[in-house]
Amino acid sequence: MAGSNAQDYIKHHLGNLTYGELPAGYVRECDGRDTQTLTESTWTFACSGNEAKDMGFAAFHVDSLAWSGGLGIIMCLLFWLGARKATAGVPSGFLNFVETIIEFIDTQVRDSFHGKSKLVAPLSLVIFCWVFLMNLMDLIPVDFIPGTFSWIMTSFFGWTAQEAYFKIVPSTDPNITLSMSFSVMLLVIFFTIKAKGVGGFVGTLTLHPFEASNPVLKVLLMPVNLLLETIGLLAKPVSLGLRLFGNMYAGEFVFIMLAAMMGAWQFIGAWPWAVFHILVITLQAFIFMVLTIVYLSMAVEDH
Amino acid sequence: MNINATLIGQAIWFALFVFFCMKFVWPPISRALDERKQKIAEGLSAADRAERDLELAQEKATANLKESKEKAAEIIDQANRRANQIVEEAKDAARTEGERLIAKAQSEIDQQVNQAREQLRKDVAVLALNGAEKVLGNEVNQDAHTQLLEQLAAEL
Repeated sequence: MAGSNAQDYIKHHLGNLTYGELPAGYVRECDGRDTQTLTESTWTFACSGNEAKDMGFAAFHVDSLAWSGGLGIIMCLLFWLGARKATAGVPSGFLNFVETIIEFIDTQVRDSFHGKSKLVAPLSLVIFCWVFLMNLMDLIPVDFIPGTFSWIMTSFFGWTAQEAYFKIVPSTDPNITLSMSFSVMLLVIFFTIKAKGVGGFVGTLTLHPFEASNPVLKVLLMPVNLLLETIGLLAKPVSLGLRLFGNMYAGEFVFIMLAAMMGAWQFIGAWPWAVFHILVITLQAFIFMVLTIVYLSMAVEDH
Repeated sequence: MNINATLIGQAIWFALFVFFCMKFVWPPISRALDERKQKIAEGLSAADRAERDLELAQEKATANLKESKEKAAEIIDQANRRANQIVEEAKDAARTEGERLIAKAQSEIDQQVNQAREQLRKDVAVLALNGAEKVLGNEVNQDAHTQLLEQLAAEL
């Protein structure tokens, strides 16, 4: 499936299937099609990386959202099936599996989160399992699904190869990982306000790390503290999201490079890398979950 | 690698899944696990109790057995004593009975001896009378000599 050249091939694999709004007057220059000027703003699939970029914020990565949503639905259904069979008696095979995961998560939450919340445990469950499943897509050989998709779209729907970008590993999309990590940050803020009140939340942002007992000095130190604490608050989700993204992107990139260089013989390099990558995908899912628990725990604890 | 509205889409997915798990997945499983924990704890304590009960029952059984053995020994003892007593009594009874029989036989013998002596006395009187009749050749006046004869017989 190697493209005309390695650069195109890699670009193809790193682009998302983007559906977004192009502004009025935009000149569409798609490969293999006539140049077209839009008379009014249009929602459409981007036919090149540049178009996807020009769509700005008003665009969705359909592949990322579909895969992450699909995997999430599968996950929820599996757990739901397990939950329906939940019994205090002897658990059957599948329930056993579900319970193992639940107990593992529960232990982690109990160890790290020192507050009372009905949200943290299921949140951790979703994060761990969902991120794991999204990462797991990395182990599917890079061309299987994108290649099939590209072939279907170009053969039957008249798409160009540039339009039919398709990424199946949602966690190699920074939108996905940052979205989750910033959701976690919102939860951290929510937990802080719930535990300490709005004043307490403002206090955590303005009264640390430089403390003073003198009121005047306190007020003077507030801007400095606010700056530092705001950076700290934002650094958490950014690092959380980018860590996952970076690990998965790098892993995916190695697979793509191997595929680009070795073609059908990619498995010689890809197989050992996949074996190693099993560790990475599990570890990253685990780290994302544990850090979420720790951040939330810090939010409800007194300093 | 553009940052776009995918952020919002993914956040919605995230919220949906967390909500779903919070409502329909975590509570039933967590409840089942807690219930099972409780059940197991109860089972274990019941097993402990049963073990203690068994121990008690065994102790009781041992005590009962010991008591019964003691009682049995006592009863055997009593029986032995009683048997000895009975034998002694029987011996005594036999002895007295024997003595009585001997006394009775003796008295019978005495009586018969007396009887025989009486008989002999009478026979002797008759014989003497007959002898005397024969010797004298005439009738002896019985009435006249009765006193004499009785005297004779008494002397025998």
